[in-house]
Amino acid sequence: MTDKKPLVSVEGLSKAYPSPNKGPDLVVFKDVNIALEKGEFVCIIGHSGCGKSTILNVLAGLDEASSGGVIMEGKEVAGPSLDRGVVFQNYSLMPWLSALQNVNFGVRARFPSWSAEQVEAHSKKYLEMVGLSTTMDRKPSQLSGGMRQRVSIARAFATQPKLLLLDEPFGALDALTRGIIQDELIKIWSESQQTVFMITHDVDEAILLADRVLLMTNGPEAKIAESVTINLPRPRQRSNIIEHPGYYKIRNHLVDFLVNRSGELALRESSDNSPVIVDPTDDMTDEPEPTDIKLVASESEQPAA
Amino acid sequence: MMSLNMRATVVALVFLAVLLGLWEAMNQPPEASEALTEFELLMGGADDQARVPPPSQVLALAWQELSNPFYDAGPNDKGIGIQLAYSLYRVLTGYFAAALIAIPLGFVIGMSPLMYRALNPFIQVLRPISPLAWMPLALFIIKDSEQSAIFVIFICSIWPMLINTAFGVANVRSDWIRVAQTHELSPWRTAWSVILPAAAPTILTGMRISIGIAWLVIVAAEMLVGGTGIGYYVWNEWNNLDLNSVIFSILMIGVVGMLLDMALSAVSRLVAYEE
Repeated sequence: MTDKKPLVSVEGLSKAYPSPNKGPDLVVFKDVNIALEKGEFVCIIGHSGCGKSTILNVLAGLDEASSGGVIMEGKEVAGPSLDRGVVFQNYSLMPWLSALQNVNFGVRARFPSWSAEQVEAHSKKYLEMVGLSTTMDRKPSQLSGGMRQRVSIARAFATQPKLLLLDEPFGALDALTRGIIQDELIKIWSESQQTVFMITHDVDEAILLADRVLLMTNGPEAKIAESVTINLPRPRQRSNIIEHPGYYKIRNHLVDFLVNRSGELALRESSDNSPVIVDPTDDMTDEPEPTDIKLVASESEQPAA
Repeated sequence: MMSLNMRATVVALVFLAVLLGLWEAMNQPPEASEALTEFELLMGGADDQARVPPPSQVLALAWQELSNPFYDAGPNDKGIGIQLAYSLYRVLTGYFAAALIAIPLGFVIGMSPLMYRALNPFIQVLRPISPLAWMPLALFIIKDSEQSAIFVIFICSIWPMLINTAFGVANVRSDWIRVAQTHELSPWRTAWSVILPAAAPTILTGMRISIGIAWLVIVAAEMLVGGTGIGYYVWNEWNNLDLNSVIFSILMIGVVGMLLDMALSAVSRLVAYEE
């Protein structure tokens, strides 16, 4: 880690709702600290109700925390901004505009001085990146769920925000479509070097996409317990990432957290609120690998060569 | 097999034929058994009871009127086209004046919960007032029967447009508002490029209801103020005991009302969207 300041730092963020019957406030999450480096892809996983979406909305400037704040490039986040693009789970496309016009909408807001041709060319470039070059003139109602989410992703990337916030973007999609769009997301992300903060419920999705996975304990009073480094080489591909020897170590670690420890840790009172940094693969670098895993590993190298 | 449309047309024509046939058959003057007296000849037949004119007579009159709709032979005898044009002029003037006020005001009410609560009692009290109840007050204040009729149209068209605009604006999906916020759109841009298109179908529904009501009300208003217009024409022909013209103008009111509704419906289709 360098001393360089992170792009975004979330400091001591808490959210509480007043309880309806004058009891103590309902604290959703407490003292959440996150640092996002420039160009990093960070996923956050936790059970429903732990406040992931609230954290994302605070980052976006659409919601306010009860205490603590978000600092981006030395300035406190107050209200929404084009520097922080958001992709919502339900796509949030304007149904009266075509796919292209929806992307134009974002581009025009971002680059108000551009001519109509410039806007359109820029939008088309991003729609092509997500594989929608032939369906640009259709309205969202004429597109499948996956295509709509592609338009939404294209709109977000086309505005070139400094931080991209994805709120479970693939939550409503079937597994096949999800896989295809994940690949497209990897492609467009590696071309743009965006900083991405993404909520997901899908452990495999997190491992495929993220540099780091933040694990949240169960609410109320949820906190970020661990920051798991995903130490797998890039570019990653859905088809062969599972053959990497570290994959299941990471996966088991994440699943174990969600199934067992997220509840236990929630009950434990701790004074230290910065997440533990974990790398489930760091013990396998020098040790001789068990032979069966070696076999799998070498097999996976052959088709790639 | 004929298409559904074709079959519906055939059935509709059958209904029409049956209806006209019954109407025609039930309204024939009785056969005269003896030669008509001079008095009977003067009265137009051996009929001691007034009858609704049969459709054949109405159609003959319709043909005659429609082949020369714009003649003007004095205050008591103008073509149907002129009368309808007067009515349409009043309806459209009052209607567009109402739209000019109702749509921006509806925007304000829809966007501001404060304004909604502050203005709602006024709307709730004023809305159920029959537009014709305003007529005496309008005549007194405006001192012009023509403009009073337009005012009555204005006051009856304003409510559906106002309420629908406010409702449509208040119920724009919060996702779209959030998209506008994350794109740093100014309030004006948000209103113009997000809220207006999102609420447009609801606004158009209000406009469609309003034009329907305005067309209903103009007939009654013109019966009161007199002079010109289709409402005046109906009443004037009743006073002339020309039931042929009364029935003909009733049909024309229906046809024009339908055309107005079709025009608004065509505009709604332009702004409609599917979610």
